[in-house]
Amino acid sequence: MKQAFTWSAIAVIVLASTTGDVLLSRAMKQVGDVGALWRRSGLWTVLGRVLRNPNFLLGVLAMTTAFYSLLFGLSWGDVSLIAPASASLTFVTNAVAAKIFLHERVDHRRWMAAVLVAGGVVLLAA
Amino acid sequence: MTFRKYLVLAGVTLCASIGDSLLSRGMKQVGSISLNHLSDLILAVLNPSVALGILLLLGFFACYMTALSWADLTYVLPATSLGYVLLVLIAKFYLHETVTTTRWIGVLLISAGVGFVTQGPALTHHPPKAAEHEEEYEPAAPRNHR
Repeated sequence: MKQAFTWSAIAVIVLASTTGDVLLSRAMKQVGDVGALWRRSGLWTVLGRVLRNPNFLLGVLAMTTAFYSLLFGLSWGDVSLIAPASASLTFVTNAVAAKIFLHERVDHRRWMAAVLVAGGVVLLAA
Repeated sequence: MTFRKYLVLAGVTLCASIGDSLLSRGMKQVGSISLNHLSDLILAVLNPSVALGILLLLGFFACYMTALSWADLTYVLPATSLGYVLLVLIAKFYLHETVTTTRWIGVLLISAGVGFVTQGPALTHHPPKAAEHEEEYEPAAPRNHR
């Protein structure tokens, strides 16, 4: 039973942080190259555009959800399972979500990178 | 990718890993916080390590958002995972912890992943469909582009 709780906590964390990353990435693509915008119209314009972007606000909300789910998860489950499992799975789910929702070109190199990093993170916790 | 952009990626990596280590060190100095005394959580900010850690994590978020404004999510995430490697190196050389062989293999896998992703383009260009396969399965024969 505890096992089921732990894995559902991991699922919620992975889902929330993937949603957050995708929304934040979409928001920043809508804002455009921050460096160029800063040089053109100043820091306040950059901050204004980022903070008024609905995707950014939803992304921060999703990231906050992920953070609190992690805290709750850690309060009942094993740190040594929840933290690395969610960090590692997020690399893979992000690659899938970026391909579907952001239409990023996830080629062999990027799949390899996501899988290698995910594997490496698991081994670091082992 | 310009030098300045690599600096931003380095900022993501360094701020995240150093910020996390500082928070962890600070919170251990503060001690465990009970749910009945949540106000202790606010006082924890007075600890210098915690304060500096929070500052660095804000820096991380700014660098991360900047990187996402000109690079794909599937590029930024693996490219900045070197932070995990950095944490192992800090544990080994600064905290003098023993690092097991399994962990060194993990470090190797992550570094290989970073190598893979940084060889490719940082951003997907959407409109030109013709460029879709330019990087895959290049013919072995020499090409006569100029």
